[in-house]
Amino acid sequence: MRILLRRLRSAVITLFVVVSFNFFLFRAAPGDAVSSFAVTPLSAQARANLRHEFQLDQPLWRQYLAYLDQLLHGNLGRSFQTAQPVSSILWRDLQNTVPMVLLGTVFAAVMGTLLGTMAAWRRGTFFDRSSVGGALALSALPSQWLGLVGILLFAGVLPTSGRVDDFVSSSGWAHIVDVTRHMILPSATIAVVLLGQYVLLSRAAVLDTLRQDFVLAARAEGNRDRYVLWRRAFPNALLPMTTVFALSMGQVVAGSILVETVFSWPGIGREVYDAVLGRDYPVLEGAFLVLTISVLVCNLCADLLYAKLDPRVSV
Amino acid sequence: MSAVGVLLTVPRRLRTGRRLSRSAYVAVVLLAALVVAATFCSQLAPYGVHSVVGDPYEPPSASHWLGLDDGGVDVLTLLLYGARISLLVGFASALVSAVIGGVVGITAGYFGGRVDACLMRITDVFLVIPDVPLMIVVAAIWGPSLLHIIVVIGVLMWTRTARVIRAQTLSLRERGFVQRVRQMGASHVRILCRHVLPNLAPLLVASTILTIATGVFAEAALSFLGLGDPTEVSWGSMIEDAFQRSAMSVGAWWAVLPPGICIALVVLLCSVVGRSVEDSLAGSDRTVYLGPRSFRIVRLPSRSAG
Repeated sequence: MRILLRRLRSAVITLFVVVSFNFFLFRAAPGDAVSSFAVTPLSAQARANLRHEFQLDQPLWRQYLAYLDQLLHGNLGRSFQTAQPVSSILWRDLQNTVPMVLLGTVFAAVMGTLLGTMAAWRRGTFFDRSSVGGALALSALPSQWLGLVGILLFAGVLPTSGRVDDFVSSSGWAHIVDVTRHMILPSATIAVVLLGQYVLLSRAAVLDTLRQDFVLAARAEGNRDRYVLWRRAFPNALLPMTTVFALSMGQVVAGSILVETVFSWPGIGREVYDAVLGRDYPVLEGAFLVLTISVLVCNLCADLLYAKLDPRVSV
Repeated sequence: MSAVGVLLTVPRRLRTGRRLSRSAYVAVVLLAALVVAATFCSQLAPYGVHSVVGDPYEPPSASHWLGLDDGGVDVLTLLLYGARISLLVGFASALVSAVIGGVVGITAGYFGGRVDACLMRITDVFLVIPDVPLMIVVAAIWGPSLLHIIVVIGVLMWTRTARVIRAQTLSLRERGFVQRVRQMGASHVRILCRHVLPNLAPLLVASTILTIATGVFAEAALSFLGLGDPTEVSWGSMIEDAFQRSAMSVGAWWAVLPPGICIALVVLLCSVVGRSVEDSLAGSDRTVYLGPRSFRIVRLPSRSAG
């Protein structure tokens, strides 16, 4: 329980630092939260409301307190481009991003862990060397480039842009199929980018486990190789891998900007790209905050999961 | 004392390390060749970087080995000019992060206590903040320029260096020769400059080389999102151009593939060199590994294979 509280405390401190940093960073941006509404001319009443919410006519420290106060109430301001509340935009985006990213990450984790385990078991062989080499090569590829290569290869076979087919309105089962088909390429790109990491990490974890005494004991008992590897060594090597999975989830959501841009996937990454192009600072500010929080939450989950799975770590 | 000088004086003190692997030497040579090619790009390039020499997206031929891009500019020429900006950003931002990470790591490791706790807390915060989004946010607010990109990338990549250097400084501080000169009354500055820093140099170099790869990667990401210097060609901006001007729907693979392969090559070379230097330093604490298949005692090539 003490460790958990300490983790929670440091997460809260980090969050506070990021929120403060966010506030001052965006005060350095030209204009304020009301000045540059592009598309829809905002009514005078709405402007006055926003000004009052964020106390823009007050000194900086009052603005800061107002910002924290609005943040606690879930108010992230309004988008310059659409004048919609930023929080609802981001919430909608996040619901598109998470399934796509999750699919890719799970696939990479399963394949990578299996490959890495086999590579570790046959260490020094051709299989081991080629999978380590392949993993290094894969993790050196830029994800936006890999996405473009995917489009070059699969254009015509799979949809390369968007989340649904705009010209066919579908519902029910057909809709699910449509979304899944659109999801394949972006998810596969994320999976390929992550695969190398998982191979290398799981190989190292399994090698580390194979060095332990209990593996030696299991062999001394006369068990078959396959049993020793998959029933004794593998589950123990899986422990650090669960942490890696949770940790990478957060980073992948944050790193999805490039992939979502390539495939026009209407998620939070694409929103960041549009906000950059349109200099939509409130959206950018909110998105950065959401991405940081998702990393923090995933880190916290990783700690909890590890403590739950490994009784040696007392929570 | 120049950086090279520091590096050359090291082996006399720290002889625990093995020699670098052969692949590392090959990687160094290739990397040097790339740097030379990038430096002399204006002499080496077959055509001008702005000169239109054919139709848009003309496929590869004998006179244009890698074809033409959307504006009818030779892709090989663009690749050479792009190497200049990409490598410049990679090296310069790695240097920035080496300075910051080195100072933070040495200060935290050498002085310990409160200073250490405080600096490491800051490092932890930086470690958690997703770096690519932060780079994007800062670059978007600050405006697109080469200098901004270098600073943004450099300032956000120092955490790994700081941790590695701190750990090594902690162990150096307790070694006999540092303890002795301290008892002889040497000042902190003298101990740090004459005894700690030279022993840290190879590690710092290894860490910086690994950071170059991250820098090249980050440059490609920022340029892809339109946050690079719009007047300069880089590998990242080439990928962006190919994406924005629908090279994929034309099927112009020659405009898409080369810049990505170059980025991957630099990243691979840097990681081979960096890891090899790190491994040769970690030679002293090698563990023995009982191979389960053959029941022979095998020496592990490195402690962290990941």
